[in-house]
Amino acid sequence: MNVPNDRKYAATHEWFLIEGDIVTIGITQHAADELTDITYVELPDVGSTVGAGAAFGEIESVKATSELVSVFGGTIAEVNADLADSPELVNDDPFGKAWMIKIKADSLDPAETLLDAGAYGQAVA
Amino acid sequence: MTDKLLHTPLYQTHVDFGGRMVDFAGWSLPVSYAGITEEHVHTRTACSLFDVSHMGRLKMTGPDCERFLNRLCTRNLTDAEVGRSYYTHMCKEDGGVLDDMIVSRFEDDWGIVCNGANRSKIVAWIERHSQGYNVELGDETLDTAMIAVQGPKALELAAGLAGDDIASLKRYRFMMRSVIGAKIAIYRSGYTGEDGLEITAPAGLTRMLAPQLLGKPGKPHPVIKPAGLGARDTLRIEAAMPLYGHELSEQVDPLTGGQKWCVDLTKDFIGVERMRELDEKGLPRKLVGLQLEGRRIARQNCDVYVGDTSVGCVTSGTLSPTLGISIAMAYVPAEHSAVTTALEVDLGRSRVGAEVVKLPFYKRPK
Repeated sequence: MNVPNDRKYAATHEWFLIEGDIVTIGITQHAADELTDITYVELPDVGSTVGAGAAFGEIESVKATSELVSVFGGTIAEVNADLADSPELVNDDPFGKAWMIKIKADSLDPAETLLDAGAYGQAVA
Repeated sequence: MTDKLLHTPLYQTHVDFGGRMVDFAGWSLPVSYAGITEEHVHTRTACSLFDVSHMGRLKMTGPDCERFLNRLCTRNLTDAEVGRSYYTHMCKEDGGVLDDMIVSRFEDDWGIVCNGANRSKIVAWIERHSQGYNVELGDETLDTAMIAVQGPKALELAAGLAGDDIASLKRYRFMMRSVIGAKIAIYRSGYTGEDGLEITAPAGLTRMLAPQLLGKPGKPHPVIKPAGLGARDTLRIEAAMPLYGHELSEQVDPLTGGQKWCVDLTKDFIGVERMRELDEKGLPRKLVGLQLEGRRIARQNCDVYVGDTSVGCVTSGTLSPTLGISIAMAYVPAEHSAVTTALEVDLGRSRVGAEVVKLPFYKRPK
């Protein structure tokens, strides 16, 4: 399974790409495959805040609805507007075009709790 | 956990074709291969093969079959024709549906195809009520397989494989075929809203037939593709076909479920008194179709609102791949069941508007 090395992973299948204090968040290929066809992604507004460990949005597929969780707290700097019209991007390119939000993180400490690509890849193998 | 799941005769075929296997009613079955939406569209436009071997397949023999089945089933099976199948229900005394099923009249016996999850319950129910009837019940589920070949191209493809007379088979009729000394039954029926066939055959024979129907993973059949449980569900929702555990349950009678067409209130069967009463007084609640605003999906048990009052409950919902709209079925009070009634559905984080629409959502072009 494709698990990029440049980012970190939560056991709940979100990925976190940390660049300075900006963290880009999406879900993994494994999660997208498990959910099957994604039909809807609900994301927060730019400028709103999200607590560490809190849900920042929701993702729906033909099969199920799941919460999207960020281990980082902070302010939403950017959201991927393409996902509103093309939620299927999450199935097609979950690590690339289907990034969901960028957070200006209050603290990078929660990174300690995340898995690296190798450990995540093993966990979902 | 996985080693306790039952495998259908086509298990290896699913794995070879990359099926995503899940636990369904105690069986390991594919939820999808290429993707639910793709399989759904392929079924509506070409032809898909579904493994439905988890369904219960029972055989009833003996001189009293017709009389006994008439006592158990809502449908009138008096003088049932050999070669015909009848969609019907078995109900409790209070009218609650134990299961919906297809009863078929064979030359020497009767076949019952019931839901996989209800098989042991139905076997027990039949046995409990069989006193005084000269009948015997056999369970062929584990020795046979059942596949559904569904889609606008299903009949012509099947005719190419098994003979032209398949194309002349009428809906809800079946024919028997002998293949390499084994008997297979070919039914013109299905659960997708498309034309198609359902086939039961001995387990070993089905394993041998699978490559003929699907090809091999490296060299698949050009038209027939495998489809999983996910597409089976979205297809049947568009066609507004009820699913046990969703639209039907022991808490619902078939009249409330909108299936009066297969209930004969003039004959005597278990549950008829309660149903006559309901029919006379009028149904307090009804199954309706809903079209929701937006792209979000209503799930089973989402509450349906009129103003600030919760009045009903969603039974199934999906984003219709064919129509591109969010659709659902729900039980609501009769006074809110008219087409074009404006309702709301609680999706957890928010409520969205929903309009009562006519069922089915999708009807195949004639």
